[in-house]
Amino acid sequence: MAFRAFAISKNTGISAATLVVLLILAALWAVLSRAEYGSGLGPAEWSAIHFTVVQAALSAGISTLLAVPVARALARRRFTGRGLLVTLLGAPFILPVIVAVLGLLTVFGRAGWLNMALAGVNLPTISIYGLHGVVLAHVFFNLPLATRLLLQAWQTLPAERFRLAAQLDLTPHAVFQSIEWPMLRQILPGTAALIFVMCLTSFAVALTLGGGPRATTIELAIYQAFRFDFDLSRAALLSLVQLVLAGSAAFLALWIIPSVSMGGGQDRARQRWDARGGVQRLMDGIAITIGALFLLLPFGAIITQGLAGLMVTPASVWQSAVTSVGVALCSVAVLLMLALPMAGWIATAKRGSVEAIGLFGIAASPLMVGTGWFILIHPITDPVLFALPVTALVNALMALPFVLRILVPPLRDTVQVYGRLSQALSLQGWPFWRWVVFPRLRPQIGFAMGLTGALSMGDLGVIALFADQDHTTLPLQMYRLMGSYQMEAAAGAALILLALSLGIFWIFDKAGRGHAQA
Amino acid sequence: MLKLEQVLITQGTFSVRADMSIEAQKKYAVIGPSGAGKSTLLGALCGFIPITEGRLTWQGRDITDDAPGARPMTMLFQDNNLFPHLSILQNVGLGLRRDMRLTASEKADVERALSRVGLGDMADRKPGSLSGGQQSRAALARVLVQARPLVLLDEPFAALGPALRTEMLDLVQELVTETNASLIMVTHDPKDVARIADEVIFVAGGIAHAPQPAKALMENPPAELRSYLG
Repeated sequence: MAFRAFAISKNTGISAATLVVLLILAALWAVLSRAEYGSGLGPAEWSAIHFTVVQAALSAGISTLLAVPVARALARRRFTGRGLLVTLLGAPFILPVIVAVLGLLTVFGRAGWLNMALAGVNLPTISIYGLHGVVLAHVFFNLPLATRLLLQAWQTLPAERFRLAAQLDLTPHAVFQSIEWPMLRQILPGTAALIFVMCLTSFAVALTLGGGPRATTIELAIYQAFRFDFDLSRAALLSLVQLVLAGSAAFLALWIIPSVSMGGGQDRARQRWDARGGVQRLMDGIAITIGALFLLLPFGAIITQGLAGLMVTPASVWQSAVTSVGVALCSVAVLLMLALPMAGWIATAKRGSVEAIGLFGIAASPLMVGTGWFILIHPITDPVLFALPVTALVNALMALPFVLRILVPPLRDTVQVYGRLSQALSLQGWPFWRWVVFPRLRPQIGFAMGLTGALSMGDLGVIALFADQDHTTLPLQMYRLMGSYQMEAAAGAALILLALSLGIFWIFDKAGRGHAQA
Repeated sequence: MLKLEQVLITQGTFSVRADMSIEAQKKYAVIGPSGAGKSTLLGALCGFIPITEGRLTWQGRDITDDAPGARPMTMLFQDNNLFPHLSILQNVGLGLRRDMRLTASEKADVERALSRVGLGDMADRKPGSLSGGQQSRAALARVLVQARPLVLLDEPFAALGPALRTEMLDLVQELVTETNASLIMVTHDPKDVARIADEVIFVAGGIAHAPQPAKALMENPPAELRSYLG
């Protein structure tokens, strides 16, 4: 029993959480009202379900397994540029999907660098389209994420254990078995589950690299039913399938997903006394090199192709860039209004159940929410008018689970350490936020704003449902350029989008850290 | 006068009973074995730990359920008495205005309090750049501007060296005299008792005994207290 537990923003927090749930439930209700169950699930739907699960499982498995050698190498080697590389591992998370796809196409595509190299030595070329393309892109996004999570876990291992291992002169195998494997056994399932859940609702990757009856995710099938056939009942039915699938997976994963820390502290390598052998050195070197190349080559491709493409970038790209910045800033504003009171409420409430509300955002796919709101708005007015507001709102909702995971732990600490003093000084409500929470959580709030801004800037999801020629964001404009084979202009747009996404992240994150102190 | 009427303080499975009066402008030392409930007693007076039976009154008014900030007292904890991200001026200013909109005269009050504790030139510094003793002085400056009728100290100077601690206790003594406040301080050191306290509250065996004159008690301690003092 807590005595007058120090509660901050309980009412506003509950209101914000209720609003989030209502926004999603309203969409769900709209979807349910239009779905026709009579027809049931046809072969096309089953094939989409099958593909969705298979690609997500493969993406999760491959990303997690490949991350083990890379994270281990990074955990026990020190070299120039290590800090930079670890920082760059965070980049794919905020990289617009469509930009990454273009980068991957440049490296692995039909006339890409890899195929040119293969053709040069008379080997058969590879195709990036289909299942392996989708998985490749997902691994590109999630291998760095998995590596960071594992690296984080590696660094929680006490140095004393490695010292002991060195003293006993354990073999590398024994070190792995006695120290590293127990840690991996704890962290690997959660990491894989997180990636699996995120890949279940993959849309933009499937849109660009998948497609066709054999490589369509449910999310993509919703879009196609909606956009090409304007078959609302089929879109609604698929949305329902998506909700059940992603929702149950997210619910199961909730208990094993590790906390995602994006902060610093990962750039220091532990002093290690083992693993000095030449073979281990070589293996680590290879793991780091391949990992870095896999990460850096597509980035390099975007920049080199983009610089050339800037010359032929049409004016429409710049217009949509302005729109995208506006949408991203709106998302950030909406996010703050929802996340801050919710975090305040969650941080002072009892642990557990309320955090699940944040996860609601992951389970509800963006296209389901978009479809639902389209159905709601359609009878009243032209949904195109609401393309940008709905996009901004849905993007904020999608960032919410991540942001809550970033804000709640430090807020909980702040309340724990300074709650008593604040209470003694009657610092409650706004003064508490103004004088205690904002200064203490400034870095995390800045990071969360940057993350949301970048995610929203690069999002290609809901906007694709609603938009027409006049209401378009930069990622959609870029996709249209790619669709009409204006690859140079698309590359230019990609570079602009990359700069805007990383830029908005950098500005907010920097502002948060600006006066970091104490 | 602060009255604890048949009070039972409960924290989990641990509880402390108390029935006593705290007189105006007197200085009380709370002594007793570790884990006996000294901090629990102060926490309950301040409103951080529930009083499950009995009531707490101030000048005849029931304050058992008042929020910590609404009580006629100010407390210094063992640590975290200052916000590390705020300047010393802001930290002390929070004692006057929780929205920090200090008027010119309030700001002058804060600066006067800082000069009083010897931190006149430190107003714009952050706590992190101050020594332990200076941080204690800053917290005391806030006690001074708050000017509440009761000042509670839960060993805030425990981390300081002996000489510095004596210096702080002398400063506390001066400040409570200036503001006509009563002082209730937890201590482990019989010398502190001799130096400051008018009365002693001995806490042991789940009971906070009513205050007794310090000099007489320390010269002729009952068995329980004698075994604690060693």
